[in-house]
Amino acid sequence: MRTFALRKLTNLAMTGLCAVALVGAFIPLTSVLYLVISKGASGLSWDFFTALPKPVGEAGGGIGNALVGTLYMVGLACLIGLPLGVGAGVFLAERGDGPLGNTVRFMAEVLSGVPSIVIGIVAYAMVVIPMHHFSALAGSVALAIMMIPGLARASEELIRVVPGSLREASLALGVTNWRTSFFVILRTATAGVVTACLLAVARAAGETAPLLFTALNNQYWNFSPVQPTASLTVAIFNYAISPYEDWHAKAWTAALVLLMLVGLLNVASRALTRNRLKGAR
Amino acid sequence: MSAVASPAPAGTVESAPAPAPNKVEVENLNVWFGKNNAVKNATLAVKPNTVLAVIGPSGCGKSTFLRALNRMHDLVPTARVTGKVLVDGQDLYTREVDPVLLRRRVGMVFQRPNPFPTMSVEENVAAGLVLNGIRGDHHELVERSLRKAALWDEVKDRLNHAATSLSGGQQQRLSIARALAIEPEVLLMDEPASALDPIATAKIEELIHELKEHYTIIIVTHSMQQAARVSDQTAFFYMGELVEMGPTEQIFTNPKERRTEDYVTGKFG
Amino acid sequence: MVGRPEQDETSRAALGDRAYYSVLWVLGALVLVVAGIIVLNLSLVSRPLLAVTSPWAFVAGDNWDPVTQQFGALPFIYGTVVTSVVSIAVAVPVAVGLALFITQFSAPRLAPIFSIPVELLAAIPSVVYGLWGLAVLIPWLRTTVEPFLGRTLGFLPFFRGPPIGFGYLAAGLVLAVMILPTIVSVSVEVMKTTPEAQREAALALGATKWEAVTWSVLPHSRAGIVGACLLGLGRALGETMAVTMLIGNARNISLSLFAPGYSLPAVIANEFAEATDAVHVGALAACGLLLFAVTFILNAAARWLVSAVQRGPARVST
Repeated sequence: MRTFALRKLTNLAMTGLCAVALVGAFIPLTSVLYLVISKGASGLSWDFFTALPKPVGEAGGGIGNALVGTLYMVGLACLIGLPLGVGAGVFLAERGDGPLGNTVRFMAEVLSGVPSIVIGIVAYAMVVIPMHHFSALAGSVALAIMMIPGLARASEELIRVVPGSLREASLALGVTNWRTSFFVILRTATAGVVTACLLAVARAAGETAPLLFTALNNQYWNFSPVQPTASLTVAIFNYAISPYEDWHAKAWTAALVLLMLVGLLNVASRALTRNRLKGAR
Repeated sequence: MSAVASPAPAGTVESAPAPAPNKVEVENLNVWFGKNNAVKNATLAVKPNTVLAVIGPSGCGKSTFLRALNRMHDLVPTARVTGKVLVDGQDLYTREVDPVLLRRRVGMVFQRPNPFPTMSVEENVAAGLVLNGIRGDHHELVERSLRKAALWDEVKDRLNHAATSLSGGQQQRLSIARALAIEPEVLLMDEPASALDPIATAKIEELIHELKEHYTIIIVTHSMQQAARVSDQTAFFYMGELVEMGPTEQIFTNPKERRTEDYVTGKFG
Repeated sequence: MVGRPEQDETSRAALGDRAYYSVLWVLGALVLVVAGIIVLNLSLVSRPLLAVTSPWAFVAGDNWDPVTQQFGALPFIYGTVVTSVVSIAVAVPVAVGLALFITQFSAPRLAPIFSIPVELLAAIPSVVYGLWGLAVLIPWLRTTVEPFLGRTLGFLPFFRGPPIGFGYLAAGLVLAVMILPTIVSVSVEVMKTTPEAQREAALALGATKWEAVTWSVLPHSRAGIVGACLLGLGRALGETMAVTMLIGNARNISLSLFAPGYSLPAVIANEFAEATDAVHVGALAACGLLLFAVTFILNAAARWLVSAVQRGPARVST
C-alpha cells in the first residue's frame, strides 16, 4: 500500500513536471521573439521596406519587391481560396449530413494536413508546366489550394454554431431557404468566418516551400501574375542560408517584418469579432 | 362532440344572423414522426378575431399541432402530415399552396425570443420584408408594428441599437412586432411568455387582448391560468389526441370529458 | 387567398433555392476535385521516373545521383523518419504535460492565458524557425549539447561522431518545437471532454489531483492523445524549411544523430527549382507522392482516433 506521503510526493512531482512543460514551451518562444526583435530591429528603415535588393557587398537595398510580392500573391490566393473555402464550409453546414457531405468533410480534414511542399509540386504541374515558366500565379494557386480545406472545416463549425431558432424565425416569416441561409445564418456567422479567413491568410503569408519552384524569385519589381515574383519568406530563406554576414542581418530584419505582418493579421482577426452594434451583448 | 360550427344551410329559418365563417379549420389532422403518431385526428375550428388556447401536459402534442398550421413540419425530414388545415376555406396542404408564402399569412412567435443578433431593433422588425427582397423605406411600417406590439415607446430612441440590448420581455415583443410587420392574418404563438418574468408575461397577455381585434390568434400555453385569462376558446390535448374543445369558461368550470376535468383540476400535468 | 402565390413569386423562390444549393453542391464537390487533382498531378509528374527505376529501387536504393540517373530515395526516407521520431520523442512528453497543466493543474481562469504561448508558437512561420535554429540551436548543439551527450551516452551509436551542430538532432529538435502546439491544442480539446463526474468521483474518494488524472482523464483521453501525436507526426514528416536549413543536406545514412542527413521535403526544396530533365523532376515528384500518401494515412487515422474520443463512450441514462 503506497503511503500517503509517497502519493502526495508523486502528486507534487508530477504537477511540477507539468509546470516545467510550460517553461519548455515558453523558452523557445521567448528566444525566437527576442532574437528576431533584437537582431532585426536595427535594420528597419524606410529604405528597407521600399528598395530593391542590392548585390552582395553593396550596402543598402531592401525587400521592397519581396514585400509587394507576398502581398500580391497572398491577395490573389485570397480571391481564389477564400470564396471556395468558405463556400465549401457553407455546403457542409447546410447540406453536409449525407454520404457526399461526410466524404467532403473527411477529405477537407485530411487534406489540411498535406505538406505545403507537396502542394507546391501540384501547382507546378498545374501552372508552371503549361506556361513553361515560373509565375506569381502558380504561387498563388499553391497558396489557395492550401487555404481551402482548413477554411472549409472552420467555416462549417462556425456556421453550425448559429442557433437553429434563428433559422426557424426566418422561415416562419416566409423567407425562402436560400435567403435564410445567406442573409440570416451566414450573416450571423460572419464575424467568426472573417476571423478564420484572416488566420488562413496569416498562414499563407508565412509559407515558403510551395513558392520555391512556383513563383521562384525575382530581383526586380513585378506586378504581373505571369512572371516569377519575389516573396518575403523566400527572401528570408535566401538571406539566411547565404554565407554573408550582412545578408544574415537582412534575414533577421525581413523575419521581423514577416512576424509583424503575421502578428497584425492575428490581432485584426481578434479585434473583428466584436459585435459592433451599440449596446450589443 | 363536434367543435366545428357550420354556417346555416340556405333556406332555413334562423333566429340569429349567420355566424361568421371560420378563419381556421382543422380536419382530421395527423402528424407522424416516423412511427410515432404525435397528433391524432385533430379536428377543430377557430373563428376570426378570437383567441384559441391550446393546453395539455408536456409531450401531449400541442406544439406539434401548432406547427402543423404553418407547415413548419415541412422542414423535418421524418415528419409526415395528413389531413386538412383550412384558412379562409383553402387547404394549406395542397400542391398549389407555397409553404414559404403561406407563412407570410400565418405568422409565428416562438417560445424563446430570437431576434437576429447582427441586426438592430429597426432592422429586426423590417427583417420579414427586407429578407424577402422588398426594398424601400420601411420606417412607417416599423413604427406601426412596434406600436401594435406595445413596444414603440420603449424603443423609439433606440431603433438603431442592437436587438440583443433589449430585455427578454422586450425582445419577445420585438419578435411579435417582427411577425406583425409582414401583415399576417393569423398569429400562432408557441408558449410566448414561458421564458419571461411575471411582469413581462402580463404585458404579453395584455398585448394579446389588443391584438385579437385585428388578428386571429392560436396560442399554446402550459399555464392554465394564462389560458383562462387570454382566450375565448380552449382546446385540451392529451397524448396526441384533441380531447375536448369549447368556450374557455366552459372548459375550466364545466368540462365534459373526465380527462379534461382531471387536468384542469390539477390531478396531473 | 391565403398562400395562393403569384406565379412569379413561387418560381422565383424555387429557382433561387435551386440555384443557391446547386452552387453550394459544386463548392463542396470541389474539395473532392482538389484531392483528385493532387493525386493526379503528382502521379503524372512522377511517371517518367518509372522509365528509369522500379518503385522498389526508388524506395530502397541509397544512391541519389541525378547526373547518372540514379534515384534511390532511402537517405531521404531515413532522414525524414529519424527526425520525426526525435521530434515526437521530445515533443510528446512536453506537450502532454503542458496539456495536463492547462486543463487540470491550473486555475480554470488562467487556462486561456497559458494557451497563449502555444498559439504564438503555432503562428511563427517555418522559415523563421529555421533562421532561429541557425543562430541559436546549431551553436548550442555544437558547443554544449552534443559534446555532453557524446561524453555521457557515447557508447550508444546514436551519439557518436564529430559535433558539427547540423544534422538529425538539430532538425529533430526544431521540429519538436514546431509540432508542440499541434499536439497540445488537440490534447487539450480531448481532455476537456472528460466527464467531470469521473474526475470528481476520483477526488471524492480521496485521490490526489495527479491520481484523479491517471484514473479519469488519461484513460478517457488516451486514444485522442495518440491521435494528437499522429497529427504532430504528420506535421513533422512534411515540414520543409526549418529542416532544410538545419539538417545539413548530406545524402547519406548514419545511425548517429550528430551526423548531417537529408529529408524528403528538403531534397524537393533544394533540387526542384533547378531540375531540368523530366526524370529528375519525376523522382522529386515521387518523393512528394510518398509524403502525400503517408501524411494522408496518418491524418485519417488521427482523425478517427480523436473523433472516437469526442463522441464518447455510450452514456448510461439517468
